[in-house]
Amino acid sequence: MTKYTTVIGLEVHAELKTKSKAFCTCSAEFTNVPNTHVCPGCLGLPGTLPVLNKQVVEFAIRAGLAVNCEIQKYNKFDRKSYFYPDLCTNYQISQLDKPICLAGHIDINVDGEEKRIGVTRIHMEQDAGKLVHSGATISTSDFSAVDYNRAGVALIEIVSEPDMRSAEEARAYMENLKAILEYTDVCDCKMQEGSLRCDANVSIMPEGATEFGTRVEIKNLNSFRALVRAIEYEVERQKEVLEEGGRLIQETRTWDDANGVTLSMRNKETAEDYRYFPDADLVPVIIDDAWIERVRAELPELPAQRQARLMEQHGLPKYDASIIVSTKAMAEYFDEAVKTAKDAKGVSNWLLGDVSAYLNNEGITISEFKVTPAHLAELVNLTKDGVLSSKLAKKVFTEMLKEDKAPGALVKELGLEQVSDEGAIMKLVEETIAENPQSVADFKAGKDRAIGFLVGQIMKKSKGKANPGMVQKMLKEKMQ
Amino acid sequence: MKVTTQDVKYIAQLSRLNVPEADLLEATEQFNQILSYADILQKLDTTGIEPTPYVLPITNALRKDLVKEGATHEEALLNAPAVHNDGFKVPRVVE
Repeated sequence: MTKYTTVIGLEVHAELKTKSKAFCTCSAEFTNVPNTHVCPGCLGLPGTLPVLNKQVVEFAIRAGLAVNCEIQKYNKFDRKSYFYPDLCTNYQISQLDKPICLAGHIDINVDGEEKRIGVTRIHMEQDAGKLVHSGATISTSDFSAVDYNRAGVALIEIVSEPDMRSAEEARAYMENLKAILEYTDVCDCKMQEGSLRCDANVSIMPEGATEFGTRVEIKNLNSFRALVRAIEYEVERQKEVLEEGGRLIQETRTWDDANGVTLSMRNKETAEDYRYFPDADLVPVIIDDAWIERVRAELPELPAQRQARLMEQHGLPKYDASIIVSTKAMAEYFDEAVKTAKDAKGVSNWLLGDVSAYLNNEGITISEFKVTPAHLAELVNLTKDGVLSSKLAKKVFTEMLKEDKAPGALVKELGLEQVSDEGAIMKLVEETIAENPQSVADFKAGKDRAIGFLVGQIMKKSKGKANPGMVQKMLKEKMQ
Repeated sequence: MKVTTQDVKYIAQLSRLNVPEADLLEATEQFNQILSYADILQKLDTTGIEPTPYVLPITNALRKDLVKEGATHEEALLNAPAVHNDGFKVPRVVE
């Protein structure tokens, strides 16, 4: 079988966090009541004119600078025409040949390997309305109901170079891009709710070839998992077609998450001829250097910088730091906790371990996590100070998930303080030695393993509360 | 390029325009006249000439990001030929 190289490019749509829509003053906020955030402008009524929201340009510049783009001074808008009722005007206002940002990049790291993924362009455009079909699918529906609340909400589309060679690289790019958009506060990045959407262009070519194969665009990828699964499925499908001597066609396919397959979309949504032309209702936007430099100066700390800071300032390993900075909320939680924690690595261990496991299990994000950073810091300190063994710390953590109480108070309530009192531990050591003459003899005969058994016996007697370090030390001394 | 009465019927349907059967021939003729004018334009040599989408020397017509009341839900749906579940009811989208 021929060996193939996978080629992936991503087109990401991000809804901007503006208060009003891109070209009219309707609220851009999400609402469940259809057609309540609408006006003659976004309903495409005659006699209305679009006026661009300045904040859209501001956010697009900010996002562009954050992914190392060159901001273009001359900007114009174009009409992308199509017959589909999700926009009342029969066209979408977008930017065709003069996008606001060009030639950027995002660095990714997959399995320890650094790679730079090119960002071809970012352009500003408007979102479309939402169709609810009467039947199960678009093709089996007799009619649809259209809600124009989302029509006209500001979007940026971020187009990557076809630089990714595996689903994992695509995932890493998407994760980094999402973090950057979160940090710069231009998008709320809720993939499930559609405020961050991703389409993948996937093709394969024989290994060593220089010309790309026929590409397929996959839509409806609303989670990282869907992105990875859809690419993996599509690559296998394309290989099969080629191996059976078939030819691939350039088409748009949709990801069917329930069945784990991509399906061809044969409807007008895939029409290629959009008859673009300049929108004369909107005058050009000229962005001068002063504007660009002001936005640059106001850029917040970005994920890569934050990662470097966590490594330098708190001595975190690169792996820990990269996971903590991957979402803004996690990074903020960490920063808050280390204000009072005596052990930054200890905080990181909790976040990457039990906290992440709990969040995954509950299907929630750290923003919804009820344990406060200060309480987690206190738990870390109790372990660091030897009040709690790591085993008992886990027990306290489980209690903290149940009720909003400080770990110190819970330790008292549950009587879990670690026993570091020499007299009390000595009593247990002596008892245990008396009860286990064989193990003591084994130890004296040079069997180091015997000490593990004796420590275990003492820990059991103390109900896990004896300081294990002290037990070990005193046991050895006593048997010598 | 020439369009047929079939094309005109189809485009009228997509544009939600009601062109009576009796006017179809005339509409097709007018349609073709307009298109033939585009043929003349296409013969012109425009090499080196910048497109002129904007005739006025105005740039940066921008507004502040402020929300204003738009239309009410009822007003919004006044022009809807049909309404379903608070949405604009549209006929089957795919052919």
